[in-house]
Amino acid sequence: MDRLRRSDRLTVPDAKHLLDRPTGLWRGALRRLLRRKTGVIGLSIIGTLVLIAVLAPLLAPYDPNQVLIGQDGVSRRSPPCVHLFGCEPEIRQHALGLDGNARDQFSRIIYGTRVSLSVGLTTVLFAFSIGATLGAIAGFWGGWTDNIIMRIMDVVLGFPSLLLAIAIVSALGPGLRNTMLAIAIVSIPAYARVMRASVLSIKELDFVSASRALGASKLRILWSRVVPNALTPLVVIGTLGIATAILDAAAFGFLGLGAQEPTAEWGAMLARERAQVFSSPHLVFFPGLAIMITVLGFNLLGDGLRDALDPSLSE
Amino acid sequence: MLAYVGRRLLLAVPVLLGILIATFLLARAIPGEPCRAMLGERATAEACAAFERNKGLDRPVPVQLGIYIGDVLKGDFGNSIRFSRPVSQILIERLPMTIELSMTALFIALLVGIPLGIVAAMRHNSAVDVGTMMFANVGVSMPVFWLGLLLAYFFGLVLRNTWFALPPSGRLSPGMISVPFYEKWGWGLSDGTFPHTVMEFIGNHFIFNAFITGNWELFGNAIQHLILPAVALSTIPMAIIARMTRSSLLDTLGRDYIRTARAKGAIERRVVVRHALRNAMLPVVTIVGLQMGALLSGAVLTETVFGLAGAGTMLFEAITARDFPIIQGFTVIIATGYVVINLIVDLSYAYLDPRIRLE
Repeated sequence: MDRLRRSDRLTVPDAKHLLDRPTGLWRGALRRLLRRKTGVIGLSIIGTLVLIAVLAPLLAPYDPNQVLIGQDGVSRRSPPCVHLFGCEPEIRQHALGLDGNARDQFSRIIYGTRVSLSVGLTTVLFAFSIGATLGAIAGFWGGWTDNIIMRIMDVVLGFPSLLLAIAIVSALGPGLRNTMLAIAIVSIPAYARVMRASVLSIKELDFVSASRALGASKLRILWSRVVPNALTPLVVIGTLGIATAILDAAAFGFLGLGAQEPTAEWGAMLARERAQVFSSPHLVFFPGLAIMITVLGFNLLGDGLRDALDPSLSE
Repeated sequence: MLAYVGRRLLLAVPVLLGILIATFLLARAIPGEPCRAMLGERATAEACAAFERNKGLDRPVPVQLGIYIGDVLKGDFGNSIRFSRPVSQILIERLPMTIELSMTALFIALLVGIPLGIVAAMRHNSAVDVGTMMFANVGVSMPVFWLGLLLAYFFGLVLRNTWFALPPSGRLSPGMISVPFYEKWGWGLSDGTFPHTVMEFIGNHFIFNAFITGNWELFGNAIQHLILPAVALSTIPMAIIARMTRSSLLDTLGRDYIRTARAKGAIERRVVVRHALRNAMLPVVTIVGLQMGALLSGAVLTETVFGLAGAGTMLFEAITARDFPIIQGFTVIIATGYVVINLIVDLSYAYLDPRIRLE
């Protein structure tokens, strides 16, 4: 009996290299991601945006909140003026024109990159960690724990997400931080559901039974066997979730509930000038374009990741 | 089948009850008193006390909840605090606009999205395929309100003197009045009765009403007004449907039974339409069901951009004005719609795939 147990222990170090496979999966995934056009385009867009956000003070010709009234030849809502494209030299250059407060729109859009990227990342990190934890607990323990957690998620999913988020923001008061919190709360169920499904299928696999047979504790099995393997689909959902979060935060800015003046947030910038769409379309066009490009970057990366992480899909 | 529908409806009861309670509590969690929102910041304490007694807001919250659930079961959603009118009446006025808008958007999304997906899958890796996928990716990344404003600018201003001009806002042109069919046909229903309420709800679908009463001028006018918002709202579902149709059809076309069909000598169109499409539609139906929530959220933004008095804007205004009864009534109705649509989606599985038995 004693010998048997010792031999059991001896097999553990031998089996360890088998459990190292996850790194292989990720490295392979990265290689496959870089071979796909969508993934590469998505990564390049996001990389460029991160650079813009980091280098914003160097790239922006003006302070984003500086009111430029009284400068050469410009007034509120001046259209874009680039000398290279035939704008008269006596008017000062403003690549994307001025907004309703005579602030340089180009600089505001540059600084807006910081807002949108941090909104997307923070929101998803928050929702991801809570949702994944709840989903893992529900899937792993099952029974009434599962029932309670998932029924609460059902109720949250029963509301149209944007309206629920609006209600939460109204309860907490408008502002960027509350918007992020609200968007995070309404996206928790998606992560919880995917994590639960993933955990449910993985906990029945042989290597988990092997761990259990070796006497690993429940928590240890969950944390170091099941969760790492269940995370794959969540990475895809999370990347696409960043896109949704940025889009939703912009919608909140548009409805006047999100970022408040003078924060240079694209949705709020667009909303301030929406009544002027017929006279100064540039003030609506460019912030929206910035939102679209950013969201597109994360959507493309998410798509590329989905293909790259699922080897069964590779052609 | 009937037993299945019955059980599904029964299972929906706890979720709906949860939504009812959650909405009720959430509405009360919104800070600020409805009294000050209604009577002004400087309302006296006595005026506020009278206001709250009048609206039943002075009773303990559990009592309010109990009374509310009882009333809802009787079909009474209470009176709006802001308008002092029954919530059900406001629902009857506002909901049809949103239903028309989102159904038209869904129709456009299906009408364009499914064929796009099919063509992309049949010409896998061709220029059409790449173009469709690009369109799909750009489509899901587009802010609805931005697209709406651009459409309004383009069709309302740039093309204003051409054939393609479309009105950038509103539901009908000024001066146009929709006469409900029951009044036109002189049914003489008396106000407030149940048949009148139902008929009024149906009649408030202007396009449908104009169609059955044969008022073609109003019919055309209402459709013209609906095109831009519906197109703006349809973009995201359209992109998602096209992408799903494509990937699902590609998956199905790789199956063995498709090879058999081709080996029999069936032409490609027949293989796709008769053999592959039906099986490929299952995931698409799921996605369409899931899009209903996105449509409603999008409706808030679209209605705001195009100045339409629908349920979305009403609910948004009610939330910011702390009009509890409207928030509750609208949310409960919307959530019920959700449950019903999900049921229809599940029932259509059984139609599309006879192997699925509803038990």
